[in-house]
Amino acid sequence: MKKDLVIIGGGPAGLAAAIAAREAGVEELLILERDCRLGGILNQCIHNGFGLHTFKEELTGPEYADRYIGKAKTLGIPYRLNTMVVDLRAEGQQKKLTVMNREEGLYEIEAKAVILAMGCRERTRGALNIPGFRPAGIYSAGTAQRYVNMEGRMPGREVVILGSGDIGLIMARRMTLEGARVKLVAELMPYSGGLKRNIVQCLEDFGIPLRLSHTVVDIKGRDRVEGVTIARVDGNLKPIPGTEEEISCDTLLLSCGLIPENELSQGLGAAMNPVTGGPFVNESLETDKEGVFACGNVLHVHDLVDYVSQEAEAAGRKAAAYLRGGLEGTGRVVSLRAAEGVRYTVPASLDIGRMEEAQTVRFRVGDVYRDAAIEVSCDGRILRSVKKKVLAPGEMEQIILKKQELEAADNPKEIVISVRTQGQGKEA
Amino acid sequence: MSETRELVCIRCPLGCNLSVKLEGGEIAAVTGNTCPRGAEYAVKELTDPRRIVTSLVRVRGGELPVAPVKTASDIPKGKVGDCVKALRQIEVPAPVHIGDVVMENVCGTGVDMVATANVDRS
Repeated sequence: MKKDLVIIGGGPAGLAAAIAAREAGVEELLILERDCRLGGILNQCIHNGFGLHTFKEELTGPEYADRYIGKAKTLGIPYRLNTMVVDLRAEGQQKKLTVMNREEGLYEIEAKAVILAMGCRERTRGALNIPGFRPAGIYSAGTAQRYVNMEGRMPGREVVILGSGDIGLIMARRMTLEGARVKLVAELMPYSGGLKRNIVQCLEDFGIPLRLSHTVVDIKGRDRVEGVTIARVDGNLKPIPGTEEEISCDTLLLSCGLIPENELSQGLGAAMNPVTGGPFVNESLETDKEGVFACGNVLHVHDLVDYVSQEAEAAGRKAAAYLRGGLEGTGRVVSLRAAEGVRYTVPASLDIGRMEEAQTVRFRVGDVYRDAAIEVSCDGRILRSVKKKVLAPGEMEQIILKKQELEAADNPKEIVISVRTQGQGKEA
Repeated sequence: MSETRELVCIRCPLGCNLSVKLEGGEIAAVTGNTCPRGAEYAVKELTDPRRIVTSLVRVRGGELPVAPVKTASDIPKGKVGDCVKALRQIEVPAPVHIGDVVMENVCGTGVDMVATANVDRS
């Protein structure tokens, strides 16, 4: 099978990328989705809060997904469900995908361009090294979410949640509403990894305690979870002896971070950013492998699906431009560097000749800051400084770079984005 | 007598930190909001707190055993628990479509419960 463009993943990123590519004139394209329906993880995110930026209304996950699925179907974009990409490689300009499903077995697809939109997965208990036996009752928060919201099953009655990522917070509310008792949420860091609004409406509304600087040090029970031991951690995140506390429960949910799912990107040999776990991309969201683009949570983990859709639309447009031969580099490349307080930037470089009038740069900070500023400088000259009341690792930030301001600079080489604290602004 | 209350706006994921100035129990000023929705939220949260409720309803003969639902608009915060309990009492036949009303006037709030996903027949 030969295609101009193959999109790996039919979640929010893949759908928005496919729609944008089709609208930019790509006829021969195909979405490959391993689940039995389009929409990805949005299908199990039945809470509201999606789409305020995109649709100016507050939708639930399935409703947000349905808008894009409907549009993809109206545009006649072909897709295959229950289909898994097992290998991706580049042979010159040609990309080859090895694909598998029940009907057709193992087969190959040749593509001129590929958009990576595989999303991310949750960090597991194995990756957290919590001691104890391996009883039933330990789930990642997302697995529990699927059981409750799509399969109508309750994973347990008395719940402790480790990690205050958004899925953990959302599940604290879901489990409570469905009749379970959520005893507490323990968070290793001194701040929450989730959005502030979720702390308010998922924990505070229901009186669920959030224990910052705490972790689970032991899991009790052989066949079924009977309880967990939590302990306070010190500044090096090590449990402090003597602070242990036993909590009885039958279920432990883990919401300890998301990891971009990049086995295919690594197999391809794309250069990876160890901070995000995703590939390095330029202003066109193209990896260092020509004609291979990335967007959404496979690139870097987002908080808001609206931004995933925006990013994916850009990837779709750029893939279409590439297929038209309109994505030739001009060599006027500026690198972007994350400095003090900023962990990474997406993109990591940009070609001034190829960039759009306004380029969104997304990043995360590494700590909680109050009354700080985000400073953008180009070869030592400050382009701008944006005041921020609060900056937190759980909330993605963005700045806009204008083509005009870079054109005006004298042969710019490097743009640095950093956090500037004013006096004692930084919180431990 | 003036007093300041700190709130986090939950109207959108930005989560603005709001400061509400109260003069003799009356709301005098809201600051820290990025948009008008923030000011509206602050006033509502201190006078008549409301929430949109999202939950599930059991489906008979569907490809999935449950369908997600939401209140068509926000309801008083104190009625959230009752609303979820009321949903446990009913079952709807497949197919279910986005926007279908699965329960009218839930718990006397005047607000309908509507489906938020399509569930086909099995």
